[in-house]
Amino acid sequence: MSHPILETTDLTVRFGGHVAVDRISCTFNTGELTAIVGPNGAGKTTYFNLISGQIAASAGKVVLNGRDITRLSVAQRTHLGIGRAFQLTNLFPNLNVLENVRLVIQSKAGRGFNMFSMASTHDDLTTPAMEIVERVRLSGQALQPVSELSHGDQRKLEVALLIALDPLVYMFDEPTAGMSVDEAPVVLDLIAELKHRKDRSILLVEHKMDVIRTLADRIIVLHNGALAADGEPAGVMASDVVQEAYMGKELDIV
Amino acid sequence: MLTKILSGDMPRSTALAVVLIAILIGLAFAPFIFPGVRSVDTAARISIFIVLVASYDLMLGYGGIVSFAHTMFFGLGAYGVALASTHMGRGFDALLVGSVSGALIAALLALLIGLFSLRVRAIFFAMITLAVASAVAVLVSQLSGLTGGEDGLSYKIPRALGPAFKFADGELFGVRMDGKLLKYYLVFFSSLILFLVMLRIVHSPFGRVLLAIRENDFRAEAIGYRVVHYRVAATCISAAIAALAGALYAIWLRYVGPDTSLSMEIMIDILLMVVIGGMGTMYGAVIGATLFVLAQNYLQNLMDVAANAVTGVPILPDLLNADRWLLWLGVLFILSVYFFPTGIVGRLRQPR
Ligand SMILES: Nc1ncnc2c1ncn2[C@@H]1O[C@H](COP(=O)(O)OP(=O)(O)OP(=O)(O)O)[C@@H](O)[C@H]1O
Ligand SMILES: [Mg+2]
Repeated sequence: MSHPILETTDLTVRFGGHVAVDRISCTFNTGELTAIVGPNGAGKTTYFNLISGQIAASAGKVVLNGRDITRLSVAQRTHLGIGRAFQLTNLFPNLNVLENVRLVIQSKAGRGFNMFSMASTHDDLTTPAMEIVERVRLSGQALQPVSELSHGDQRKLEVALLIALDPLVYMFDEPTAGMSVDEAPVVLDLIAELKHRKDRSILLVEHKMDVIRTLADRIIVLHNGALAADGEPAGVMASDVVQEAYMGKELDIV
Repeated sequence: MLTKILSGDMPRSTALAVVLIAILIGLAFAPFIFPGVRSVDTAARISIFIVLVASYDLMLGYGGIVSFAHTMFFGLGAYGVALASTHMGRGFDALLVGSVSGALIAALLALLIGLFSLRVRAIFFAMITLAVASAVAVLVSQLSGLTGGEDGLSYKIPRALGPAFKFADGELFGVRMDGKLLKYYLVFFSSLILFLVMLRIVHSPFGRVLLAIRENDFRAEAIGYRVVHYRVAATCISAAIAALAGALYAIWLRYVGPDTSLSMEIMIDILLMVVIGGMGTMYGAVIGATLFVLAQNYLQNLMDVAANAVTGVPILPDLLNADRWLLWLGVLFILSVYFFPTGIVGRLRQPR
């Protein structure tokens, strides 16, 4: 059964005089993929930062599963079920691919303070990490340092870390940006797969219209930090406000 | 078996393995291979500094935390042993109480400094440690009633660790079987164990988190690691081990003073040793400390010999004057950083 899992109420952040996110109230449900669209600088990434905690809100609330998480640290929110993949690739560059994923699984297992055993002997962490590396088609590079990977492979790993975390709320920030046409499907298929699991909620910032059309159950539109439209894809895309203000420029649909 | 003892951290380079084994054998049999008060003293210092430098590497090379208070932690352990031995009288119980309480106080102080400053920014931590270390150094020289001030403290350690204590019929391979020898092996094995414990820690799940934080603290937090907690924990462990190294030093010397265990000079030496050996490798501490202590103890002699050999040549004897040894140490340092930016261990492990 689909049910509300994440709710933001009048969520606001100001940078000096500039209101980057302006009183956004929105509820996200499990089993639902919400596409978040809007022109550059609309506040999409900042909205994500407020939800996952990298930026503190100036006003408003973030509630996860009935619990107010507005004042919690990033790591605490992560443990409660908020997970994030970043628009700008953000990995552990000198560690290898497998180790990057293994660190996530280890965090979930709560084994970070284990000091007197060898990390390499924790097969119950390494095995699932390797499975995820395979799922994003990086097994060939599993032992390569991340800094040596191509941009596309780094994007795949960025997504792999989130999948390893398997949060209740998945937040993807332009996951396929800069990927070639033959690389992107690997990531999009994984997101589609997640969608079929009805117990997760997926937030996806995406500019590509065809991607939104195939994946989204719902679209919300941000403009100047505020919520400009929210609803079913067909309805939102057809609405005047969207047509006039953004679609022509940012999203090429007719 | 060996893999387990080394926590899976094999040298991964024949040259490195040879050097490490040579150092291990040299230290393990120092009293037999290099008899003589001075060389055994050098070996003991090397053992202790390996631990001290490795504990610093744990914080800097793995945690990415810059601290200037490492000699303070070292000094806390040393003064712990000195004060306990002074007030409880000579005995192993005093050594134990002194070491353990020194380590606990060091960890506690690290916890306070860490909680206070690591929340803000890593660079802030560096500044705070500098301030606290200077304050403690001043305090120690001011509280002369307790600490002996600038003169330091001399005290007695258990008879079983002194030259008057004989066992095993006096001699073996021409080496006197006395308490002094026992004391050397107490220092050697304690150092070895402490080093292996640290090697294990850096290869544990915890050590991996430290690496992740050093690489990208922002992402480490985002995948659920509370960065401040890990940094503080690393600092406390590092401080406690540094204090234990200080305790060993105090046992070895039977004396503590601001110069031997608290001075900023030692802090700079530690930094040099870590960088020369190779940060974030643990084995770098072994090589850095060995080279550095050897240079500190023998560079002057070497230079004396060299200066005598070139008498008559202009300038050279003057440059090679033993008093210039610090200059040459500086030159060696610059050369090694220039040619081995990743330290000697990094260089040896590089694929050709
Ligand atoms: N830390 C910050 N300090 C000051 N201003 C900020 C900060 N973060 C974001 N902004 C501003 O907030 C606005 C929204 O930026 P944001 O990155 O959220 O946009 P976006 O919708 O993700 O755009 P894009 O499509 O380019 O990724 C921008 O004007 C940006 O300059
Ligand atoms: Mg953005």
